[in-house]
Amino acid sequence: MRTSLKWIKALVPGLDVTPQEYTDAMILSGSKVEYFTDLSADLDKIVIGQVEKIEKHPDADKLVICQVNIGNETTQIVTGAPNVTEGVKVPVVLDGGRVAGGHDGTKTEGGIKIKKGKLRGVESNGMMCSIEELGSDREMYPDAPENGLYILPEDAPVGEDCVAYLGLDDVIVEYEITSNRVDCFAVLGIAREAAATFEKEFVPPVVKKTGNNEDVNDYISVEVKDHDLCSRYTARVVKDIKVEPSPMWMQERLRSQGIRPINNIVDITNYVMVEYGQPMHAYDLDTIADHKIVVKRASAGEKFVTLDGQERELDENMLTICDGKKAVGVAGIMGGENSMITDDVKTMVFESACFDGTNIRLSSKRLGMRTDASSIFEKGLDPNNAMEAMDRACQLVEELGAGVVVGGAIDIYPEKVSSWRIPFEPERYNRLLGTDISAETMLEYFKRLEIGYDVESKELVIPTWRQDLLSYADIAEEVARFFGYDKIPTTLPSGQATAGRLSYKLEIEKLAREVAEFCGFSQGMTYSFESPKVFDKLMLDADDKLRQAIEISNPLGEDYSIMRTSSLNGILTSLSTNYNRRNKDVRLYEMGNIYIPKSLPLTELPDERMQFTLGFYGDGDFFTMKGVVEELLTRVGMDDKVNYDPNSGKNYLHPGRQANVVYDGQVIGYLGEVHPLVADNYNIKDRVYVAVIDMPYIVEMADFDKKYEGIANFPASTRDISMVVPKDVLVGQLEEIFEKKGGQYLENYELFDLYEGDQIQAGFKSVAYSLVFRALDKNLADTDVNEAMERILDGLEKIGVELRK
Amino acid sequence: MKDKLQEIREKALSQITSAENLDALNDIRVNILGKKGELTAILKSMKDVSPEDRPKVGQMVNETRAAIEGKLTEAKKSFEKAALEKRLDFEKIDVTLPAKKNKLGHAHPNTSVLEEVEKIFVGMGYEVVEGPEIEKDYYNFEALNIPANHPAKDEQDTFYITPEILLRTQTSSVQAHEMEKGNLPIRMIAPGRVYRADEVDATHSPSFHQIEGMVIDKNVTFADLKGTLETFAKELFGEDTKVKFRPHHFPFTEPSAEVDVSCFKCHGKGCRFCKGEGWIEILGCGMIHPNVLRMSGIDPEEYVGFAFGVGLERITLLKYEIDDMRLLYENDDRFLSQF
Repeated sequence: MRTSLKWIKALVPGLDVTPQEYTDAMILSGSKVEYFTDLSADLDKIVIGQVEKIEKHPDADKLVICQVNIGNETTQIVTGAPNVTEGVKVPVVLDGGRVAGGHDGTKTEGGIKIKKGKLRGVESNGMMCSIEELGSDREMYPDAPENGLYILPEDAPVGEDCVAYLGLDDVIVEYEITSNRVDCFAVLGIAREAAATFEKEFVPPVVKKTGNNEDVNDYISVEVKDHDLCSRYTARVVKDIKVEPSPMWMQERLRSQGIRPINNIVDITNYVMVEYGQPMHAYDLDTIADHKIVVKRASAGEKFVTLDGQERELDENMLTICDGKKAVGVAGIMGGENSMITDDVKTMVFESACFDGTNIRLSSKRLGMRTDASSIFEKGLDPNNAMEAMDRACQLVEELGAGVVVGGAIDIYPEKVSSWRIPFEPERYNRLLGTDISAETMLEYFKRLEIGYDVESKELVIPTWRQDLLSYADIAEEVARFFGYDKIPTTLPSGQATAGRLSYKLEIEKLAREVAEFCGFSQGMTYSFESPKVFDKLMLDADDKLRQAIEISNPLGEDYSIMRTSSLNGILTSLSTNYNRRNKDVRLYEMGNIYIPKSLPLTELPDERMQFTLGFYGDGDFFTMKGVVEELLTRVGMDDKVNYDPNSGKNYLHPGRQANVVYDGQVIGYLGEVHPLVADNYNIKDRVYVAVIDMPYIVEMADFDKKYEGIANFPASTRDISMVVPKDVLVGQLEEIFEKKGGQYLENYELFDLYEGDQIQAGFKSVAYSLVFRALDKNLADTDVNEAMERILDGLEKIGVELRK
Repeated sequence: MKDKLQEIREKALSQITSAENLDALNDIRVNILGKKGELTAILKSMKDVSPEDRPKVGQMVNETRAAIEGKLTEAKKSFEKAALEKRLDFEKIDVTLPAKKNKLGHAHPNTSVLEEVEKIFVGMGYEVVEGPEIEKDYYNFEALNIPANHPAKDEQDTFYITPEILLRTQTSSVQAHEMEKGNLPIRMIAPGRVYRADEVDATHSPSFHQIEGMVIDKNVTFADLKGTLETFAKELFGEDTKVKFRPHHFPFTEPSAEVDVSCFKCHGKGCRFCKGEGWIEILGCGMIHPNVLRMSGIDPEEYVGFAFGVGLERITLLKYEIDDMRLLYENDDRFLSQF
């Protein structure tokens, strides 16, 4: 929404503020001003001049020498403008003045200073201007030539300030109006707010009775078939129309709204739309079959040509304006080509109606056309405004002499909306706001806003244009914004104290992040949605359940169309970015959700599982990553034995370098080297290691319950064993035997040598462990240790392990 | 005998004084005090001394021995000290050589800011909670006083999965979940990802983070909301930060406000950073709409509350002067390691 400040000042005559003061105060009272533009900021010393005499330039074919009357004198100006003729009146910038930009439409910040000087040896004391040099364009001034001076009307007063004459001595204010304030999408609405803000009188236009002694019903009849979509329909008729340009004041105001003046009839409808916030439409009565208007839903598939010449397909939920035979307009969106006003129009029907906002919004969306009218209607208008706007339009028709208004109006308004009441509860407003504002002060604010007060019933009477005022909280806001948000005190909530904390889940996630960062991994963040092509990049089988992803019905594109079921793509993409930017030894992690549907299509919310995903390339190997996983488990008190199951079956990992991480019998994640083909798919020509930990398990299994176990006082007994182990037996299997057979005194075991090669027979490896035994309550006897060792050796033998000779 | 002892003593002491190293000292010890040493020889010859003279001679031998040993120890200490000094001198290092570090990773700038925000609110007694990102239409809209066909639903460019299930457009969706738990009073913040159908560019992303805040109690006021957010802004941006509340509209709060803070670069004078305005908008807030309380089973006649929503990325970009939002999701190590 925008308004001209001059127009606002015309409606609030006492308003004497600078644009900045206006802006600041309006923002604080709730009409957010985004910015303002002073149209004359870069215009200086520009007067209306009249070209009296033109001579050829002696040394330049394209230049002429003009004698220009600028009121108190005649001055010489050299110009190259092709359209200069003797007698024309033009804007003239004098020596030392400024224009906004060049005649090609480019604007210069601060304007361009004009000085007198010589053009090809001939003195020139100023410059005659095009509309572009005045900071405007041909869109707003259709009568300006494509290339040349802007020729002013013949009655322009020579010597007067041209900026004021053209109405450019104005400031355009741009607002961000919130959707609840439908009334402020109108100049009158903004002016009412300005008057209340500055405590000045609001003087809206006085609309008098219009029309001749004929009866509109003799010209046209209206039938509304679908009242649910059209709460009010008003129509009046204007005859003997004279289409001509509208007067300069109206053109100026339309331009200030960014609307191009066209002719008096079109301009009046546009003017009333911006002034009252009520879109209007005009039909050529001679095109209306049976002189009858019918408002009804379209039939499915109905074709209709709108006045922009486009054929549109309508559906049964769209409301149309029809005549006795056919549709003549899509209600609230656009009229039809078949009934549009042309320069030859003689009699027209004015329509001012109130259509259902939601229906207009949805219809305009389906049709793919959002017009000025539809964007206003869709906010849901006050039906009481429709007739006021209609009468205002007819008044302007009479004032402008655009035609003869036929007496009477058609008004189909079966369920009249009238003002409603809200109890006046000053204590409650103060309690909500934390203020101590008197009831009298509050009533004073309401008076300014035209909110009535019934002293008897202690009720506020809400005008129908304030559809946003429905409950006590809404009224409290009116009090707050006129009292001033800045004047409301600042306090902290009292009441019962509460303990601040992170949820347990967030605490655990934080610990995991700390471990990752301590191990050199930096945190990345990637999108939760990705492309289904990711599955092929990761070489997932056609029936892999990770392919069962939730699809977004209206994605930004295929690349963002499914909710990820694995966090790998994110980390690999990020590593790839780093790799291809030649960053060395990059370690990244991400803490982010995956989304596992319980069924597809989705009927209930999916399982959002937090994944702790780590990845790196460069320095380090599988066991580096394994170390990070174990650091995490230690950090969260998961102190039992972690098992690594090499049969994890991940296509995207190196078949011989992958493992599920198993804790307490539960797979809680996996790690491994990324399959070289997958790494290649991500354009990484290096070994990449990843680990993914399914955080819900960590949250469930983390254990911070610690008890002091004492410090061993008795000496340990250490036995080193060197074994010949079949190559396919995992070290983990040996450790499993130590754990199972070691008995109560086995305190610890540690791998200290691993060898494969010439010294050992083919198909075997040499593995050496140091086993530590200790009792907490006595010196261990050799027999205690020997018994345990025998059990262990026995167990080892069963899986083909021999002691090295 | 006495002379002999005196001679040994003097010889020993002079030899010790002129000894050049520990080995020389050791030789002296062996030669004089050792099994075959001169002094030992004298002790051995004690048997030839008359019994009445023995105590006296014995005492003289011991004195001599003590004197020599004392001198030997003293000389030894001095040699050891010299040796240690020599070693320490030799071991001198260039302390300006590079450190051997365990290369630490870095938290994402979003996380650093979020943790600061969390710390501030936890300190004020708020609990940090979460809600689902894939959400029911009800929690994202209806429970927030945005009924079906409300224009606000269009404004937010929602990603839908089914007509009833969507990607939440705002962390305000957590409000109703928390209210439905029925544990009053509530003081919570709920950080998390939200989604809107915005094309990716320097200032937009289809996925970003918000932090929702909500307090519900019996006597909460708009003044409390102001005080809370002013405290927050000063903690986050510095004690001299000014805070401005402007009236605004959100369907789920009434009265509502947008909050600006004085630009922390130019302190309100106006600069490139705040686009010359001196103020930077950081959040939206308001008193929870009675309809919202009622829909989640809280009696608006008894309880009131306030809520606010902060865009995390917005603060991250401002705080660290990052000029392109896309950097936050590229995860370039050279970017991440700056935080």
